[in-house]
Amino acid sequence: MSRAQIFATAAEAVADIRDGATVLVGGFGSAGHPAQLLEALLDSGATDLTVVSNNAGNADHGLAALIGGGRVRKMVCSFPRQADSWHFDARYRAGQLELELVPQGNLAERIRAAGAGIGGFFTPTGYGTALAEGKETRVIDGRGYVLESPIRGDVALIAAHRSDELGNLVYRKTARNFGPIMATAAAVTIVQVDSVDAAGSINPEDVITPGLYVDRVVPIVRNLARAGERP
Amino acid sequence: MTNAVKGIDPETMASIVARDIPAGSVVNLGIGLPTKVSNYLPPDSGVMLHTENGMLGMGPEAVGDQIDPDLINAGKVPVTEESGACYFHHADSFAMMRGGHIDICVMGAYQVAVNGDLANWHTGRPDDIPAVGGAMDLAIGAKQTYVMMNLLSKDGSPKLVDQCTYPLTGLACVKRIYTDLAVFLIHPEGVVVRNVYGIDFAGLTTLVEIPLVDGTRRGWS
Repeated sequence: MSRAQIFATAAEAVADIRDGATVLVGGFGSAGHPAQLLEALLDSGATDLTVVSNNAGNADHGLAALIGGGRVRKMVCSFPRQADSWHFDARYRAGQLELELVPQGNLAERIRAAGAGIGGFFTPTGYGTALAEGKETRVIDGRGYVLESPIRGDVALIAAHRSDELGNLVYRKTARNFGPIMATAAAVTIVQVDSVDAAGSINPEDVITPGLYVDRVVPIVRNLARAGERP
Repeated sequence: MTNAVKGIDPETMASIVARDIPAGSVVNLGIGLPTKVSNYLPPDSGVMLHTENGMLGMGPEAVGDQIDPDLINAGKVPVTEESGACYFHHADSFAMMRGGHIDICVMGAYQVAVNGDLANWHTGRPDDIPAVGGAMDLAIGAKQTYVMMNLLSKDGSPKLVDQCTYPLTGLACVKRIYTDLAVFLIHPEGVVVRNVYGIDFAGLTTLVEIPLVDGTRRGWS
């Protein structure tokens, strides 16, 4: 894997994302949500996207704007319905958006599996429920398990706190959420960060995502007031 | 109809759950009513709160200058960190749960069945947008799953039932049910009534359509 490239703008970093791509989008609510990368993706015109993300967008920015702009064909997520998910709600109710609902831990583990080269795994989560219908099951040591498959992305869009010039990443607090696993599970991983620092400036013991998983880094000064908007 | 029966309020219910949580437990509190339990944990209990978006050692809700958009709980409410807190990614957070490392989770419910089946993620109504979040992972992952709910729904029908009619979250996973009128234990012997509030055991049996075992004088835990 070549060294991560540092991009000056989000627009350049996402310019080659194609129509029909599967995009892993980090964040849990607004924490760790790569809003500026998503807005650049909206501006790029890419459409017919499959988006894998825990939620289906909040208010009118980031993923919500992409959904509202009609660019998302399918959402794979655990918790689409929120007080401020009106763009998703409208498109879903109008039959313009397909939904694959996945229990949150299965979503995380399926992404992790893709990044770790695992072809599938048996999990007890969801066994005997509607979300396991049609899936292979097995009883292991007296307990029921469901076979779940990996979720791989063409692209991952995530947010981290700091990067060095090699793409080594550090996150902040609960904004870490899906970033470390999504970074491993896509062909191209694009990260927006609060700052890019010199190689060697991050203590090797503190690196959460090794730079080999990271392809593109964009320093973006966050508007924390907006990032902190509550649903 | 016995809607006139008045049991305990949600705050009292939360304080009873808190009292039952052993010191030093690692606990996940679901969104809504269960969140109140944290207000009644004694400061020296050593209970550590897990929030599935990636934190152990969660503190109280953040106010004023404490609010940090990068530090939220599973309900997306800004929170604080306790001394000794730590952060981890989502796959680790759910491995922690699924792997049986969380002692207790407390959740709300639409229905619980006599065998411990839980229904709390979807009404099943065709016009409702389903959302599951971590409910299925929590229900089967924690060592013990407790439910907090009112015993009767708004139309007076019991939510503790022979078989759930709402879509299931997990099979045979609930161990205890804290309600406004009674605490129930799902026990091999049957559904044991541990405590009653504002009603006696005989009265309780008229509200539900399932067999109950009177444990009110037997010191069950």
